[in-house]
Amino acid sequence: MTNKQDVLIAGEIQEGQLSQGTKELLAHGRALADTLGEELSLALLAEEVGDAPKEAIAFGADKAYVMADPLLKNMPPEAYLGGLEKILTQYPAKVVLIAKGPMGSEIAGRLAFRLDTGIAQDCINLRIDSSNKRLIAERPVYGGSCIASVTCSGDSIVAVVRGKTIEPLERDDSRKGKISEITGNLNPSIIQTKITNEVEEASEGIRLEDASIIVAGGRGLGGPEPFEGELLALAKALGAPLGASRAVVDAGWVPYSYQIGLTGKTVTPDLYITIGISGASQHMAGCSGSKVIVAINKDGEANIFKDARYGVVGDWKKVLPALTEQVKKLG
Amino acid sequence: MPLHIIATIKQVMDPETPVSSYKVDSESKQVVPTTQIPPVINGFDENGLEAALRIKDTMEDVKVTVLSAGSHFVMDVMKKALSMGTDEMVLVQDDALSNISDSMVTASVLASAIKKIGHFDIIISGRQASDWDNAQVPLILAEMLGVPCITVTRKVEVKDNEIICQHITDNGYQVISAQLPAVITVSNELGEPRYPNIRNIMAAARKSPTTWTLDDIGLSTEKITPKLEILDLYVPEKESQCEIIAGDDEEDAGRKLAMKLRDAKLI
Repeated sequence: MTNKQDVLIAGEIQEGQLSQGTKELLAHGRALADTLGEELSLALLAEEVGDAPKEAIAFGADKAYVMADPLLKNMPPEAYLGGLEKILTQYPAKVVLIAKGPMGSEIAGRLAFRLDTGIAQDCINLRIDSSNKRLIAERPVYGGSCIASVTCSGDSIVAVVRGKTIEPLERDDSRKGKISEITGNLNPSIIQTKITNEVEEASEGIRLEDASIIVAGGRGLGGPEPFEGELLALAKALGAPLGASRAVVDAGWVPYSYQIGLTGKTVTPDLYITIGISGASQHMAGCSGSKVIVAINKDGEANIFKDARYGVVGDWKKVLPALTEQVKKLG
Repeated sequence: MPLHIIATIKQVMDPETPVSSYKVDSESKQVVPTTQIPPVINGFDENGLEAALRIKDTMEDVKVTVLSAGSHFVMDVMKKALSMGTDEMVLVQDDALSNISDSMVTASVLASAIKKIGHFDIIISGRQASDWDNAQVPLILAEMLGVPCITVTRKVEVKDNEIICQHITDNGYQVISAQLPAVITVSNELGEPRYPNIRNIMAAARKSPTTWTLDDIGLSTEKITPKLEILDLYVPEKESQCEIIAGDDEEDAGRKLAMKLRDAKLI
């Protein structure tokens, strides 16, 4: 009989290395596996996996299942899904962790259906129920204004985990683990969609996800102009990229790549300066991991002040230029 | 045979409802509005309806059927989907469908209803619902029906039995195509849903939705037992720790903010 006790992580490789999300999942998974007294395994699927399996062991895995298959070139989700299903059929797991992201969003639900298990989406906190050894996951719902704590009544669960909810473990190259190769033999017919073109529309400069300071604007700015004027001036003075709320993107003031929130990017800067953002929970879902939030808003009752550490109640047209000027003076 | 599009929609609590206007019922683990705020059609599903109607606008012989599942429908709200210009509406209405937040259950109800509807070419859904934000039902539905799925699209075109979509990525978009039949999900970047015009409102007034129970679509209550169990649902308490920075005037407050951020070593 197969042992359906392990915690398994769906690993991803980025530029030849274990992705940041995978390292975080290893930290989550390590804690769960230790509580359960079981092993932590990781599935790695790619055209070529390189040193990633060894990295996985160094970051906390006990076992790495490796599938290198030509069909995984450019990582079509259907191929990754098919390969992962194959691994999990051979080595069933009690808890499967998948990083929330482009790949995770495509495959998690489909995998859960194929494994006949439940799916917990967008989890921010994971623990084991000591009474029945089941996973309990906490996740924001209703645009982040409520938290649901869920479990799966069956004997296994697929959990999609939000990024930056944990720090990766310290890399330890002396850790020992077992690396097994799994034959893919993936059939090309499993790929049902075809990517015919790829277009980049990225905003220039520092990526929002990597920035330590972000200046973000909302509907309260009244129009697109400040994104090329006062807001941009502050951002430049701070060496920060510009972000925006969904309302601003919907209005067409800035492109989608600026959007921060539930349906946009998730950011975790040290300093998040908001101007004219009301603080709807949909927006906060994307920036609540910021260390310090600053709110500049003329409505002192705005929700954003509940999340902010520092606030100025006033007209941004007056506050912003003075703030920028002082920032420049401080150098 | 006409090109048949099935657009799935969900009736949700208006996401603009402020936290102060609803409460969490800890017994049933449901969010309940405390004021008379009517529900709405999930915003992304309205973008999906728009996508379906744009295909109908540009092609000959297209039929759009709206499909929804739930326990209580507010007809004035649901009728908007017909008033926008769709052809038919099918509602799976059953008490057993109250408070369903499990993507597997929702997908299996929709899949059974679609099998009863019969032939389809395209299923269009919103990218996610604004209540549970799972963004999984369309993918699982595609899996159940054994058809391809293209998610989070902002432009949709049908050509020679193929669907061609712009799928939004972190830093741009991909053009992805699939053979019909297929499932696609639509994001708000597709564009604003149209306002119902008088002609369509009149036409919608004469239409009544086909209503099925779970029994009608061959599902029993056992078959819709959620795999996921909600243990708790709560509004997290937030204690405001905001230090409001005031000055002689707004400019002065701006300058003081800069000093404060410097003192806190944030800049």
